Amino acid sequence: MPLLQVRNIETYYGPIMAIKGVSLDVEEGDIVTILGANGAGKSTILKTISGVMDPEKGTIEFMDQRIDGMSPDKIVRMGITQVPEGREIFHDLTVKENLMMGAYLRKDRSETQEDLEIVHDYFPVLKARSSQLGGNMSGGEQQMLAIGRAIMATPKLLLLDEPSLGLAPFLVKEIFEIIKRVNDEQKTTILLVEQNALIALSLARIGYVLELGRIVKEDTCKELMENEDVKEFYLGVKEESIRGSKRWKRKKKWR
Amino acid sequence: MELFNEIIQTLLSGVSIGCIYGLVALGFVLIFKATEVINFAQGEMMVLGAFIALTLINVFGFSYWAALLLATVGLGIFGLILERLVLRSLIGEPVFAIVMLTIGLGYFVRSSVSMVPTWGTDTYGFTTPFTDKAARYGELVLSWEQLAIIFMTIALILILFAFFRYTRMGVAMRATSQNQLAAVYMGISVNRVFSLTWIISAAVGGFAGVLLSPITFVHMNMGFIGLKAFPAAVLGGFSSIPGAIVGGLIIGVTESLAGVYLPIGWKDVAAWIILIGVLIIRPQGLFGIQEKKKV
Ligand SMILES: Nc1ncnc2c1ncn2[C@@H]1O[C@H](COP(=O)(O)OP(=O)(O)OP(=O)(O)O)[C@@H](O)[C@H]1O
Ligand SMILES: [Mg+2]
Repeated sequence: MPLLQVRNIETYYGPIMAIKGVSLDVEEGDIVTILGANGAGKSTILKTISGVMDPEKGTIEFMDQRIDGMSPDKIVRMGITQVPEGREIFHDLTVKENLMMGAYLRKDRSETQEDLEIVHDYFPVLKARSSQLGGNMSGGEQQMLAIGRAIMATPKLLLLDEPSLGLAPFLVKEIFEIIKRVNDEQKTTILLVEQNALIALSLARIGYVLELGRIVKEDTCKELMENEDVKEFYLGVKEESIRGSKRWKRKKKWR
Repeated sequence: MELFNEIIQTLLSGVSIGCIYGLVALGFVLIFKATEVINFAQGEMMVLGAFIALTLINVFGFSYWAALLLATVGLGIFGLILERLVLRSLIGEPVFAIVMLTIGLGYFVRSSVSMVPTWGTDTYGFTTPFTDKAARYGELVLSWEQLAIIFMTIALILILFAFFRYTRMGVAMRATSQNQLAAVYMGISVNRVFSLTWIISAAVGGFAGVLLSPITFVHMNMGFIGLKAFPAAVLGGFSSIPGAIVGGLIIGVTESLAGVYLPIGWKDVAAWIILIGVLIIRPQGLFGIQEKKKV
């Protein structure tokens, strides 16, 4: 039984169906990614898992327990923490206070302190700027803060919504190395949502491709990297050999 | 010397009434920051606090300190009940509807007070440890009733400051007022934060009512002082505890100086003139911050 099992969920914004029957599995200890263009519904899937939105249909099971329809704080308590799109840090709290808010539900003070040191070790800048206001950090630093804050919750499953958004390439690389370390060292299972397919596919083991609210392809990332459609539409690799078939004429086959 | 003493006494009475404005303003600000609602029944929290203390002292023979404590706690419980029974069911309704509801609530509290046997529409008083006591420095006479308001306000502010700064729940409340969605992602129960916000604001209102009682006496309309706490809150930027208190002090002192040195009538408009003046120069208030967001 996988750690997280999503079955046929449908999620709406008012009358708009954003997620049209998505199923996916995340095995314990794994890194899984969902690729998709703008508006494909990636964030909506994560919001539905963390309980910020409720699915109209379908089920979500985490550690063999139904969590769809549960309140977000109960889901955090069960061990799922999300790093939301756009960081969503607390602007007028210090960096340290932001991190401690990640540990809001924890009662174990000494372990929390140890985890603070672990986070400081991953992101030394957060230690150096400990008493600075979150809102005065740069965009990249805020992303680190958002990830560090989530690690402070010591989740079993970490949901990451486009951690590469708006960051310089070297910073993206750095942050993804840390995500890998968190997975290795903290044994945290990771579900990563990305538009930057190249970096997501090189980090994750399993990948899902999401288009217009539906999963159109599921495979190991190794295979996905070789897939013609992924190559053309997500990795931006042009096929030179097919002369005459113009880009806008080519249809995705998803085979 | 004569003039100096007069000025000091005027300032003292201004600062002490300013403390009350500040406490009521603080109640406005806490609720507004958390829920974007302006609670126009904040003044009525004072009325209830004052009447509870009055009854405890005059009818049941409690000491002033016990009555102060119980009135504060009692109003906290009232705030909790109010939030649970009335306001929670309105979450998601337009803010103005909830604001209208608080206005109605103010009426409701006032008329309920007037119907309680032994409360009614009369004016009452109770003795405090500071009644008719004064600190004298030669010619200068400072009323302990006014000094006590200032010291107790400082004490309450320090407690609130420590709570919002150093406790997990206090930081979580600040966090929620800054970014509710992020707070949800942290597992903070926003409902609990809202409850606690109403509890604290109502308790602060009750506390202020007991402090104010020796000055204005206890009356069902003593809560109208909240009308002057409103410009105090706006003056302070409607965003922070220090802002609310400083706003209250400015209004209190101006009003008191205007009452002594300007023709009759200026006292009541002084607060609004100051407010308009400040808003022309700094539309966000003295302590207000312009919203900024990094992309
Ligand atoms: N608050 C909302 N109200 C109405 N429709 C929404 C809302 N948020 C998202 N949608 C719609 O739902 C669909 C999925 O949005 P979602 O945010 O999940 O996309 P995404 O894959 O995360 O995109 P991006 O890469 O741009 O973040 C889109 O069509 C979007 O327009
Ligand atoms: Mg998104």
